[in-house]
Amino acid sequence: MANQILVHAMTSGDTTTVEALVKHPMDSGFVKDAAGKIIPAHYIEVIEFTHMGKIVLTGYWGPAVSKNPFIKFSFQGGKSGDPIGVSWVDNKGETATTSANIM
Amino acid sequence: MEQINGLTRGSPKRRDFLVAAAAGTAAALVLPRFASAAAAAPNASTYPAKAFIQKTEAATLQAMFGTSTVTASPDVKMDAPDIAENGAVVPISFDANAKNVTGAAILAIDNPFVMACAYKIPAGTNPAISSRVKLAKTTQVISVVEVGGKLMSTSKQVKVTLGGCG
Repeated sequence: MANQILVHAMTSGDTTTVEALVKHPMDSGFVKDAAGKIIPAHYIEVIEFTHMGKIVLTGYWGPAVSKNPFIKFSFQGGKSGDPIGVSWVDNKGETATTSANIM
Repeated sequence: MEQINGLTRGSPKRRDFLVAAAAGTAAALVLPRFASAAAAAPNASTYPAKAFIQKTEAATLQAMFGTSTVTASPDVKMDAPDIAENGAVVPISFDANAKNVTGAAILAIDNPFVMACAYKIPAGTNPAISSRVKLAKTTQVISVVEVGGKLMSTSKQVKVTLGGCG
């Protein structure tokens, strides 16, 4: 459950819209915990979206992206049933990957 | 942790169910496992780390796009709130009315580091992306898009009532 990605893709005409919600703390390294200790930075650095194995978007994220990031974008092409892949790597080298089919 | 901002709320079980239901068919339940095994994690070495530690707009753009010359353009539309009650989650979206956009970035001038996020946009992907960023305090937010090596931008002041430097 730790590295969860919800992804949802819908096609309408020529355009496929992808929405993704990534479960990640996105700690910026500026916040202190209850004991006054800095919570170390922990954030997604690179996130990649693919359609049929071809990259349709690469995102470079910094600590200023909100916790549990949400992203929405669209691309030309794609039809119902095509797989959309999502994968990310964070600054600690952790990764997660998922995929969903276009509705 | 019980609640992910947005799409669905509730217990993790309910969420899983909703996602599965949304995916539609039984095949969709099996296929993701197969496909995810094939998908590789992105290469962390492509991360433009330098662009994310700059404290000025010019230095950030230089590190990210190799140029700091940027022209304000009405072709870049940005949707950002006038007032953000919670700086930790500020929805920002941009839409560039231009062809051959190859990159984009969202900058928050008064954040500890100016760069919030950047995107590489391949041909076929629309230069319109929505996401959520953190704003430390009231700041100018700038959407920059890269077209043929040149930068176009639009900016907007977002008033933050509760800082989200988290």
